Amino acid sequence: MTGEKARKKTSNTIRERHASDRVFSAVVIILSIAIFITIAYPLWFVVIASISDSNLVNQGKVILWPRGINFYGFSQILKDSRIAIGYRNTIIYVVVGTALNLIVTLPAAYALSRPDFKPRNAVMLYFVFTMYFSGGLVPLYMTVQALHLISTPWIMILMLLVNTYNLIIARTFMQNSIPNDLYEAAQLDGCSHFKFLLKVVLPLSKAIISVEMLYYAVYHWNDYFTALLYNSKNQYEPLQIVLRRILLLNEAYANGNGGVQGGYGQRSADQVKYAVIIVSTVPILCVYPFVQKYFEKGVMIGAVKG
Amino acid sequence: MKKKVKVVTGPKRPLRWYLHHDWQLWVMLLPAMIYIFIFAYVPMYGVQLAFRDYNFSSGIYGGKWVGFKYFKQYFESPMFFTTIRNTFVISALSIALGFPAPIILAMIINQLRFKRWKKTLQTTVYIPYFISTVVLVSMLNILLAYKGGVINDLLKTLHLIPQKLNLLTNASAFVWVYVLSGIWQSAGWNSIIYLAALSSVDTQLYDACKIDGANRWQTMIHIDLPVLVPTIVILLIMSMGNILNVGFDKIFLMQQSGNLSASQVISTYVYDVAIKSGQFSFGSAVGLFSNIINFIFLMATNQIAKKLTGTGLM
Repeated sequence: MTGEKARKKTSNTIRERHASDRVFSAVVIILSIAIFITIAYPLWFVVIASISDSNLVNQGKVILWPRGINFYGFSQILKDSRIAIGYRNTIIYVVVGTALNLIVTLPAAYALSRPDFKPRNAVMLYFVFTMYFSGGLVPLYMTVQALHLISTPWIMILMLLVNTYNLIIARTFMQNSIPNDLYEAAQLDGCSHFKFLLKVVLPLSKAIISVEMLYYAVYHWNDYFTALLYNSKNQYEPLQIVLRRILLLNEAYANGNGGVQGGYGQRSADQVKYAVIIVSTVPILCVYPFVQKYFEKGVMIGAVKG
Repeated sequence: MKKKVKVVTGPKRPLRWYLHHDWQLWVMLLPAMIYIFIFAYVPMYGVQLAFRDYNFSSGIYGGKWVGFKYFKQYFESPMFFTTIRNTFVISALSIALGFPAPIILAMIINQLRFKRWKKTLQTTVYIPYFISTVVLVSMLNILLAYKGGVINDLLKTLHLIPQKLNLLTNASAFVWVYVLSGIWQSAGWNSIIYLAALSSVDTQLYDACKIDGANRWQTMIHIDLPVLVPTIVILLIMSMGNILNVGFDKIFLMQQSGNLSASQVISTYVYDVAIKSGQFSFGSAVGLFSNIINFIFLMATNQIAKKLTGTGLM
């Protein structure tokens, strides 16, 4: 092929590429806008419906912007003691639960990350096996019953003390990012495992600690199954169970609490529901920007060994 | 288990040396191991309940042995077929639609050229993951309602549907609502891992493609997609292994009497018979059955994947 021919061919393909690429870019942008609307619109709708006149919402007249703005729903929630109690309980479960999760998971992960710890594969198997096989719901229920943990706040915290998957990603992280030389040097200075973990490993593991915190906290925040199964006392109910009562079982107006909910008509009850959704979701969304930068890291660490 | 390891790993040093040498590590492991023992291994021992006649006075291990009576009862009940079918249909559709969704999403996001729009889209698609299941299901109930639901109104106004759809109480709509809302909630989050894999592509490859005259579509298919294959394989094995493990939380909350014929799955059925009606032995048998099937599925897919691709979980 002569030089000129080759050049001609190249310029042809470049032109072709430009034409087809323009179509491609357009398709990508249209798709991305469609995805954005699909994800964002339901969220936006809940926000505008929570401060709009319920009549207009029910007639389908509130589509893009709030209309007939009022804060009736929010003012009702402030008076509802169940939400306050649920909130308080959930915060306790999330804070205490996550703290205990970290206290138990991180040292165990460290021990399993030590290459000189000979039984570590066997201990690992002891943990991993439970990921693939479990006794099932009924024997677990019996066990909890035998421990006298039914309807205590403790079960809400103890039900998940260590998640094997989280243990594995913490171990993998420590294994890969803490150089062994560091341990050998520390050992020469007479440093114990405890001291090494506290003074060297944990400060170097901030990324994985944030990821673990995120995973465990989200779990405790969302968990309603534990309470559904093992708790029957109102004063220990987490927020999610309260939400289920109000949002799904429609107890907001069917079952008055101190005269507050008894008076709802169907109309205002809907507005209260939208407001409840917002009040219960905003806190976790506020944390979100601060932890977003750790997502990718966390997911990648997890992917190293699933 | 411990004993075996000591024999294998310490032929030259005495056992006591290891215990002494590693005692600090054992202390660190102890809380986690005790927890797992109590909340995982003790219940595993309790599966014998499935083979015994439970009665309250004699406790878990005191009932009479009845062999496979409760398994037979399950196999012969009309709920056997219903629960197995529903579980399989929901899982299969979740995998068929839910598995490719984050891959496609990641590829679309990866192709966006405007940095700020890319960032906005990414942030938005992650948000639904943080909505709790209870809130998600109540959003579905409100937004998809037959009367006054904004989605029905919107689709009707835009003439995308001839008449309003009864999405919440209809058995045939249940699985679609379940699967599509699942994608809405988690496709963004699940795309993170693929995006990370895509960002590791050597940019020289793109330059080479350009020189060879490939257009962007061809570049995506021949460079981006192969990069994702190992991740896809691993995640696919994991989801196949969980085929009978349809999550309890969302289904339980979405169940209504109208959709029960499509929404009663194994896990919710176990809850109903064991916790609600107190048939503990029968519930254990059903639970154990599904556990075993799951285990077999996981092992089988793992073996197949190992043979085909050389990558497996274990």
